[in-house]
Amino acid sequence: MAAKFEKLAEGNYQLDVQGYACPHPQLYTKKALEKLKPGDTLKLLFDNPSSGESISAMCANDGNEIVEQVRDAGKTLRWTIRKH
Amino acid sequence: MEMTASGHTGMNSGRSHLLGAASVLGFFLVVCFWSYAIDPRYLYFSAYIAFGLIYGMSLQYGRFCMASAIRDLFAVGVPRMAVGIMIAVVLFSLVTAAVSLTGASSFHPSPIGLYSVVGGAIFGFGMVFTGGCASGSLYKAGEGSVAALLVVAALSFSQAVFVDAGGPLDALVPAAWTASAEAKGMPEQLTVTKGWYDQFLAGYIWDLKTVRVGEALGFSSPAAAAFIGNALITSILPALAILAFIYYRWYRKGYLKQRKDGATGLGVHLAGWWRMVTASRRTAIAGLVLGIAAGLQIWVTQMLQKKFGIGNAGELLQGLGHTSGLSLQDTVFDPGYFYVTTQEAQGAGWVLEQLGMNLRDNIFFGLENGLPAPWFNPVLWLSLAVIGGSAVMALLNHEFKLKFPSLEVAVWAICGGILMGIGARVGMGCNIGAFFATVTNGDPSGWIFAAGMTAGGWVGVKFFNWWIERKMAKETPLEF
Repeated sequence: MAAKFEKLAEGNYQLDVQGYACPHPQLYTKKALEKLKPGDTLKLLFDNPSSGESISAMCANDGNEIVEQVRDAGKTLRWTIRKH
Repeated sequence: MEMTASGHTGMNSGRSHLLGAASVLGFFLVVCFWSYAIDPRYLYFSAYIAFGLIYGMSLQYGRFCMASAIRDLFAVGVPRMAVGIMIAVVLFSLVTAAVSLTGASSFHPSPIGLYSVVGGAIFGFGMVFTGGCASGSLYKAGEGSVAALLVVAALSFSQAVFVDAGGPLDALVPAAWTASAEAKGMPEQLTVTKGWYDQFLAGYIWDLKTVRVGEALGFSSPAAAAFIGNALITSILPALAILAFIYYRWYRKGYLKQRKDGATGLGVHLAGWWRMVTASRRTAIAGLVLGIAAGLQIWVTQMLQKKFGIGNAGELLQGLGHTSGLSLQDTVFDPGYFYVTTQEAQGAGWVLEQLGMNLRDNIFFGLENGLPAPWFNPVLWLSLAVIGGSAVMALLNHEFKLKFPSLEVAVWAICGGILMGIGARVGMGCNIGAFFATVTNGDPSGWIFAAGMTAGGWVGVKFFNWWIERKMAKETPLEF
């Protein structure tokens, strides 16, 4: 298991931190968002519910928008964050 | 923002979650009713179970974890958890003050000393790596995290071994501690001059002074001592000051930027402060429930002690004929309020004893806390109920998922858990026993522990940041 940060298309990135518990998902997300340009989107895959609370607070503080939150049957949380 | 939850809305899936939650709750109900049928005095155990369930549900609902309070502030600039804890501290202190006026308080203050900083720092450093504090790891275990279970196991066994360890560790004991410990005239079987922790307790900790602010300030009225000395001065004002500092340091800039009207002034900052406090509804509600429940537990325990004519669960176990786990004073660990770590050390100690280790020759188990079998340990039932309560809430919210850790996460969990166990014993408790339950009872020693825990957490975050950057540079297609 390793965190996976990849570019899906121009301005569209994906970070997969499934299997990680706190503090990994929020730390990886912060670092990934720092690498993005304003307007870019980050698709985030994680399965640690506690991290979700921290990530949404982090986005609210930094002015980044969570445009979609989906939870699938396997309990994977799929969030899309747009950097502002 | 669109919020969807796909895949778990089918009837079967919904039912299985409900069934799971009902099974967990049912297990605890069966234990309570069955034990009550054997002897009504087991109600004392059921009270611990009931509050454990409430704590577990609240902790999971609010993702309430003191590790994240410190870590998220330093690592990602998120204050929500630190805010939740301060809300809980304020509420807990007010309920405790009211409860203490009824004459019901089993609280014992911790001595004031530098040991709190050292213990807090070791604990705080360790908890950054595990991802959860002592109570946080319990609720995360309830969510299905095997890594969190590893943390609980590691901190349990490290405590049990640490309080009994001697040999090379004895060389680190100052001569003054040994002399002071020897002068206490402890029973011979405790061998107090052997073993680092025995001499730390009897030769150092017992010589320190304890303080309860309400008493120290000499209020003539018990209500003033409880509400002004213990609650207002020791809990509420420091909590408000910390919230003001957190607002200034981590929230203000983002808030003013989001307002876009360029307004400043006290009214604007007060509005921003309030927005920060109420930003996470879940955390605020959990803080509220935890604070009130923690205060009520003290009252309920005292009422039950009165009802059964006991001062400690050891007397109850003695009455029930279960004497093998009692300490030399015929007691067992029985704080009567929310506590984590000591009971887990007892659980691990009991296992080690079954494997042939002698753990009764130290003060921690032999004189103070005893080594009851896990099923006769009321406070260990509280810990188990915290896990159970969290599992119930996680199942109801479709958040339960059995997760096995990778080798990396497992190593972090075990190493961090070991450090947390050592830190908890040096600091005489964890984020709950040495902080949450102390500052809310007029005992300022908890703020010293919290300062150490924060410093340890800060160093831990610096290290962890470095580790993650190094790891990501190696493993991902894109550089972090």
